[in-house]
Amino acid sequence: MAIITYRQALKDALAEEIERDENVFIMGEEVAQYNGAYKVTEGLWKRFGDKRVVDAPISEAGFIGLGIGASFLGLRPVIEMMFFSFVYVAWDQAVNNASTVRYMSGGKINCPIVIRGPANGGTNVGATHSHTPENMIANYPGLKVVCPATPADVKGLMKSSIRDNDPVFFMESTLLYGEEGEVPDDEDFTIPLGKADVKREGTDITLIAHGGCVLTALKAAEKLKKENNVDAEVVDLRSIRPLDKEAILKSVKKTNRVLLVEENKPFCGVGAQISHLIQREAFDYLDAPVHRISAVDCPAIYSPPIEKIQIPDAALVMREVRNILQIKA
Amino acid sequence: MSTDAPEQHDFNKGRSRTLEKGDIFDYAKDPVNEAMSVEEKIKCFTDMVRIRKFEQAALQSYQKGKMGGFLHLYIGQEATAIGTISVLGDNDHIITAYRDHGHALAVGMGMNECMAELYGKYTGCSKGKGGSMHYFEPEKRFWGGQGIVAGQTPLGAGLAYALKYKGIKGCALCYLGDGAINQGVFRESLNLASLWDIPVIYIIENNGYSMGTSQHRSSAFPEDGLAARASSYNIDFDTVHGENLYEVRAKTNKAVQRAYEKSRPSVLEIFTYRYYGHSIADANHQRYRTKEEIRHYQENKDPINVWEQILIEEGHLDADKVKEIDKAAKEEAKASVKFADESPFPPPREMLSDVYHSVDNPGTHTNEGQIFFNDQLPF
Repeated sequence: MAIITYRQALKDALAEEIERDENVFIMGEEVAQYNGAYKVTEGLWKRFGDKRVVDAPISEAGFIGLGIGASFLGLRPVIEMMFFSFVYVAWDQAVNNASTVRYMSGGKINCPIVIRGPANGGTNVGATHSHTPENMIANYPGLKVVCPATPADVKGLMKSSIRDNDPVFFMESTLLYGEEGEVPDDEDFTIPLGKADVKREGTDITLIAHGGCVLTALKAAEKLKKENNVDAEVVDLRSIRPLDKEAILKSVKKTNRVLLVEENKPFCGVGAQISHLIQREAFDYLDAPVHRISAVDCPAIYSPPIEKIQIPDAALVMREVRNILQIKA
Repeated sequence: MSTDAPEQHDFNKGRSRTLEKGDIFDYAKDPVNEAMSVEEKIKCFTDMVRIRKFEQAALQSYQKGKMGGFLHLYIGQEATAIGTISVLGDNDHIITAYRDHGHALAVGMGMNECMAELYGKYTGCSKGKGGSMHYFEPEKRFWGGQGIVAGQTPLGAGLAYALKYKGIKGCALCYLGDGAINQGVFRESLNLASLWDIPVIYIIENNGYSMGTSQHRSSAFPEDGLAARASSYNIDFDTVHGENLYEVRAKTNKAVQRAYEKSRPSVLEIFTYRYYGHSIADANHQRYRTKEEIRHYQENKDPINVWEQILIEEGHLDADKVKEIDKAAKEEAKASVKFADESPFPPPREMLSDVYHSVDNPGTHTNEGQIFFNDQLPF
């Protein structure tokens, strides 16, 4: 095990898969000669050359569509979105074409593409660049959505996503790229899609999160332990679709109380689906209503100190946990 | 403008010229046509007739309420699909838009599976999951049947990109209508194709109307030709009389050779015409064009008639043979209607297959967890 950053783990996964399979290539804006806008692909062009790491012009619809067409013939494109918000200009390609081709061809065509990039707010870049579309993408049968929170997860899940024969939307966070963690060195290390991970064991309440909010939940859990002797269990979903229903229900049945934490907007957000799942399948186990924290339901604000409070932070999670457990601060 | 009167414009202005016999036989001398055997020539005729009879039968079935949704007929444009696809080799790929029945039959898909798909039957080419606009047959290198206008244009570039990536000498033909040229993604695709030397050939099937809007009301400076827009990307382009199979073949072959030898894209604009509405639901198609305009094309430029006259003049066809081919195609189409009629609908559980490869092929993926979110199923 080595301690490396989320960015390095992601890069290692890309490099290992490029070496492993000649059909894997990376395409996106500034991914090659510029070394990646967020340096995820730094050094890969120098190492693997023009064929495997391709700088594309600013034409998301064009090069995502090209990647989808190429995937029909067995290539495995990994397409970088500089920001996941940019996928919106390619919606017809990324969502309409990628999600339907296998179905409408009666299973004759596969689309093994990965579309990856940061999907997070909190970086003061304004509303157009701060979208978190995991709920929207997960709404389309045919697509898969992965939101890794740690260096080990980002590596294991990226490798699985590239090897997957279905289209995978892989959502990272610019705020996680510098986070460090232990990552297995084994080149065959993969993590299956649809398998949640209990990042912290606990007995008093379950915090369910994905992506950057997993770290927020963990931070809150540690403080709750110190300040209130509350043992919160933190379940990291890791992928949104497929979804590890069993892990969610198992934890809920153990702690009987749930707080869903996400950076998604609340309306039809990921938490809405999970909340429905819990009330339907674990109703009798609940000692309190399911609570949700999401980003405040308005476009991402620019103003730096105000944006900070727009996205769930540890203090908000702690406040909400105390509410649920009826603990006075 | 009054909504009652058809818009007045000269359909042929700047768009096409009357085809003279001299032109037809000029293209007959092109090497790709010189090399055609009599059998190949007759096969082109037969396949055009088969497309027409298939669609006439489909139209009848549609009118009897046998199918839902849209039915975009190709009738009038047959020489485009047959002419272009007939020059292709084993490493060449095809992708088109929603007016796809002609291309499907041209690549060798069967009438039965195509008719059954229109009926939404389990025996259809997509098990009844795609419908009229979404035919696919990867084994024949046919990638749709794509429903969204111009949505197929980057996919076509991607198919050709994959060939180049794999070092395969081949090309992709990507068809689009004249209405698709104003979509941004087509322009993005042209830029990528030229920038990266992608061997894709865009074929604009210009039938004059994007749904009910004539070219003059939808495209700036149509007099200069729509293919000419390719010049801004330094892509070679040409215009083609779509009623002349020899010309379609000669100019397509030139583009194919360019793709093979130089890995360069091309744009061909083929002037053609559809006799029916944008789709069968488009009952008002005589509102945006005149009966005379339709009749003029049918009488002078019908692609099947023109090819028939050529083959009669060359001594390869006669009235009896034409009748025989006609009859056989009609019977084949009739049999496909019977096949579709008698086929079962997909069982309801089929709704949930072919969504994910990982679900249909357990053990081949590292996937766990829940992938469908139905609290209860209706069946």
